[in-house]
Amino acid sequence: MDAAALKLRRSRRDMLVQTLLVVFVVLVIWVAISTAHTNLTELNMTSGFGFLERATGWSYSFSLIDRSIDDSYAKTLLIGFLNTLFLGLICIVLSTILGFAIGTARDARQLGLNSLATVYIQLFRNLPLILQLVFWYAVLIHMPGPRQAYTMGEVAFLSNRGLMLPGFNVSPTVVLAMIAAVALLAVVIFRQKSLQPVQKLLLWLVSGIGAMLLLAWIFAPADSSIFSIPAQQGLRFRGGIGVPIELVAMILAITLYGSAYIAEVVRGGLNEVPSGLTEAGKALGLSSRAIWFYIKMPMALRTIMPPLGNQWIFIMKATTLGVAIGFSDLFYIVSTSITQSGQTLELMGLLMLSFLLINYSLAQFVNFMNARLALKGH
Amino acid sequence: MALASELPAQSDRWATFANTLRKRAFRSPSDSFTSVFIFGLMLYMAWTMIDWAILSAVWRAEDVENCANTGGACWSVIAARHRLILFGLYPFEEHWRSTLACLAIVATVVLSCLPRFWSTSRLITLWIVGFGAYVVLMDGRLIGQPVVTTDQWGGLALTLFMFSAVVLLGMPLGLLLALARRSKLPVVRGAASLLIDFIRSLPLLTTLFAAAVVIPLLLPDWLNGDKIWRVIVGFALFFACYQAEVFRGGFQAIPKGQFEAGKALGLTPFQTLSRIVMPQVFRHALPSTINMVVVTFKETAIVIIIGFFDVLASANAAFGTVEWAPYYIEVYAFVGAIYWIFIFSLSQYGEYLKARMAVAKR
Repeated sequence: MDAAALKLRRSRRDMLVQTLLVVFVVLVIWVAISTAHTNLTELNMTSGFGFLERATGWSYSFSLIDRSIDDSYAKTLLIGFLNTLFLGLICIVLSTILGFAIGTARDARQLGLNSLATVYIQLFRNLPLILQLVFWYAVLIHMPGPRQAYTMGEVAFLSNRGLMLPGFNVSPTVVLAMIAAVALLAVVIFRQKSLQPVQKLLLWLVSGIGAMLLLAWIFAPADSSIFSIPAQQGLRFRGGIGVPIELVAMILAITLYGSAYIAEVVRGGLNEVPSGLTEAGKALGLSSRAIWFYIKMPMALRTIMPPLGNQWIFIMKATTLGVAIGFSDLFYIVSTSITQSGQTLELMGLLMLSFLLINYSLAQFVNFMNARLALKGH
Repeated sequence: MALASELPAQSDRWATFANTLRKRAFRSPSDSFTSVFIFGLMLYMAWTMIDWAILSAVWRAEDVENCANTGGACWSVIAARHRLILFGLYPFEEHWRSTLACLAIVATVVLSCLPRFWSTSRLITLWIVGFGAYVVLMDGRLIGQPVVTTDQWGGLALTLFMFSAVVLLGMPLGLLLALARRSKLPVVRGAASLLIDFIRSLPLLTTLFAAAVVIPLLLPDWLNGDKIWRVIVGFALFFACYQAEVFRGGFQAIPKGQFEAGKALGLTPFQTLSRIVMPQVFRHALPSTINMVVVTFKETAIVIIIGFFDVLASANAAFGTVEWAPYYIEVYAFVGAIYWIFIFSLSQYGEYLKARMAVAKR
């Protein structure tokens, strides 16, 4: 047989394999659709997204915006989506900050700092996240009631009703404006080339707090203080920001677990920096803080960023564990909606779509950061 | 490598240790202050833990009324309820079978860590024998014992069962997906990439929930099987998609010349793959594979959400009565210790292997 005939035979075989695969996949999808159709007809269900307009009639633990049991499924799902984003972003920010601090300590020569960081990482990384979550939740519901609440200077309280924090006496719209202002300041300040990193950070903190105070002073009701401080009244608290225990437990568990993982990523990145560079810094007489800010961190960030992005995506996915303790994240809302309305396929579709969207946006952000960090001319 | 003669003698070891301390803990006054403060704090915490867990603890189930007074741990709850935590609802008289079955799985995992077993055929045999022994012991049919069906399996035994089933099913599936992803055929490659990326961007809980709740709607009854098997297959698919990426990393480490050399020697593609490429891929992928296995063991804990009576669910049941309700911390500490010991030793072993391979490469 000559080469051309062999080639022809091979390409025919390849075509056959691929056709078989396509036929198999189409067959599976067809069986799935037809079975779903028969099952749904038996249950007298109508498929489609019409149910999104219906009122839900059930309540859940946490929402960032006003809600009632008469809300439509569409609004309830949106609240779940916002809760997932809110929780995920808080945990990402907290565990990244904590992770960088602990990772730096893990990389330090100082024996005390080093061993403390090692203990922290080995403790929180080697226990299942859900075990930590139910543990913290159990600890929190066994806290004393509001009358015997733990307090910090009579402005913040921790009891089995949750964490009460002081806040500004303004509407949620103004809070959004404050967040926007602080973010805008960050963009403006961190673009300044003439300032040093520490100066930038300090300037941002001071101006951010200033901007928030200014906005609160403008928009707070004229006859009351600009702060809203929680005060105990009978069996509950008045004023302040109430953080329900489900949210406290979620933030605590995910942040401890996530920061231990991020600390390992940071340590790995710092470890990769050639020791010749730090020694050169020392030879130039730079302080150890300057070496960290100008030599180690900028070099390490390039290795840290890709695995750090994976950790962020992991944290976003980890919010689904809220269902174990009754925090109303997107997964909780979707699974309750499925039991209540029976629209399994549509709701699962929406859930998967939301996570694809969240993870895709995060991945895009990480790519953007990677491009910014890449060495010019390489 | 230092020669034996260059290694410090016994008397020098103390000097080396003191030197390390001087360099890394007491170099300057502020350095010494930090060290004293942190080590003091750690000693204090360790002492508090030891005092709570051992010195002031109550150990025997009969002494439970002392628990309120001592201020230490109340291990009476473990003494009284450890069988529930370990074996769930498994019939009490048959617990010896559950114990042996758990030991079979632990032995399988430990034996797979020995280099002696690192060949494909040996590993496959080991895992099939270990898993088979588990099922035969737990089910009881083949050894002439009373039959116990899967809905009565629970506690740590169920956790170990799901874990080993997921690894056993997921490993070959992961290899298949990795091979499909590097296939020359565009349809095969595209389908594999789509599946891997899709599953990897969803939370595990979504996949398990879909397997438990959505699949019965989509498949005809005769294909559905038990819920536990559906969830295991869903979990194995999740494992396989991550493991496929681990294998892909291993494939990327193989120089292209080796495939060409195989072709030049007249080996078939299958021979090249199985005799030349795969042994190296397994070797490269080993540390990451151990990492994946550790992560999978940790993630197995979330099957409690899908409604399985795993070790976490049985722990919740253990302090679920009025008598034991105050001692939830002891129960979680017990379950946490089981998880921690297993996960810590496996991941330390992974680190050791990674270091060993780095030496071999150098």
